[in-house]
Amino acid sequence: MIRSDVLRDIAPIIRDHLVICNIGLPSQELHMIDDQPTNFYMLGTMGLSSSIGLGVALAQDKPVIAIDGDGSVLTNLGTLPTIANNVADNFILLIIDNGSYGSTGDQPTYAGKKTSLAAVASACGCENVVECAAEDTGKALQAALDSGKMTIIVCKCESGNIKLPVITKDPVVIRDRFMTAVKA
Amino acid sequence: MSISSKLVDDFIANDVSFITTVPCKQLAGVIDEVEARPEIHHVPANKEDEGMGLCAGAFMGGKRPAIIMQNTAIGVTINTLVTLTQFYRMPLPMLISYRGELREPVACQVEMAVHTKALLNQLHIPTYHFHKESDADEFDTILKYTFMCNKPVAILTDASFWGGYGDQ
Repeated sequence: MIRSDVLRDIAPIIRDHLVICNIGLPSQELHMIDDQPTNFYMLGTMGLSSSIGLGVALAQDKPVIAIDGDGSVLTNLGTLPTIANNVADNFILLIIDNGSYGSTGDQPTYAGKKTSLAAVASACGCENVVECAAEDTGKALQAALDSGKMTIIVCKCESGNIKLPVITKDPVVIRDRFMTAVKA
Repeated sequence: MSISSKLVDDFIANDVSFITTVPCKQLAGVIDEVEARPEIHHVPANKEDEGMGLCAGAFMGGKRPAIIMQNTAIGVTINTLVTLTQFYRMPLPMLISYRGELREPVACQVEMAVHTKALLNQLHIPTYHFHKESDADEFDTILKYTFMCNKPVAILTDASFWGGYGDQ
């Protein structure tokens, strides 16, 4: 399974929750698969999906799922100690780890080599870290939502991309409808 | 009242309830004050762009955020300021220690100080410079302005404002 297959699989689970989606292809794929006002698409700023998601989770009570990538987490590795030390039990960080920088041409990341992001997250102090195979992501995600505990999920999948258009929605529209959904 | 208490009082009076910080020697007092106030959720960040991501999330979650950091962070955060805070039109008061100004003991800090205002100007970020303690009288108005216009706004606070570094 590649990332877009994982997103298709989990779309029914995440559609009613607040979702922060990583820059580039992940946002484009989610936008095409199941656009929702509860989705905040990052159009830039690689690395900050987890930080934005934690901020949303700390500011209000609804569950928040931040969809991130291995390359983006490596870009902002300082996020994991911050998450570990500022526990928000309504927060789930889903790292779709395909071992490559998918949006830029599938260059390999260190997470696809010797570095285990699950081990890094645990070493940073994150208490509920789950590593799963791509096909088990939905199950792991639902279990995390049901647990009511902050959870980091590292989903190991294959690298690969599908062809799809960029998101042309205005950023202020994306932000405004997301904020309206937060308040709903 | 200490200047740190006054600044944090103004944050609270303007309903700022989520503050991320990356420390600087000059900011130690105000960071302690932020940590001490129950009205404020204080989240220390490891890097300033991460802090701006947290602030963006907190804003969308319904809280008024702010960041406290050193001016060297302008070099770290340009992409985040432009592609997140400005592109999505989010308010962000940035209380910034302006290192490398008069009374600075560390030469390297001057290297970033000479670029600070030019960079903020290039980014079209409204910028205020607190040099004397009485300059902080405007802090309340600056916060109101920031949340009126939904922009990042810089408040540079230099060594003279904070009372210097003691005996050198």
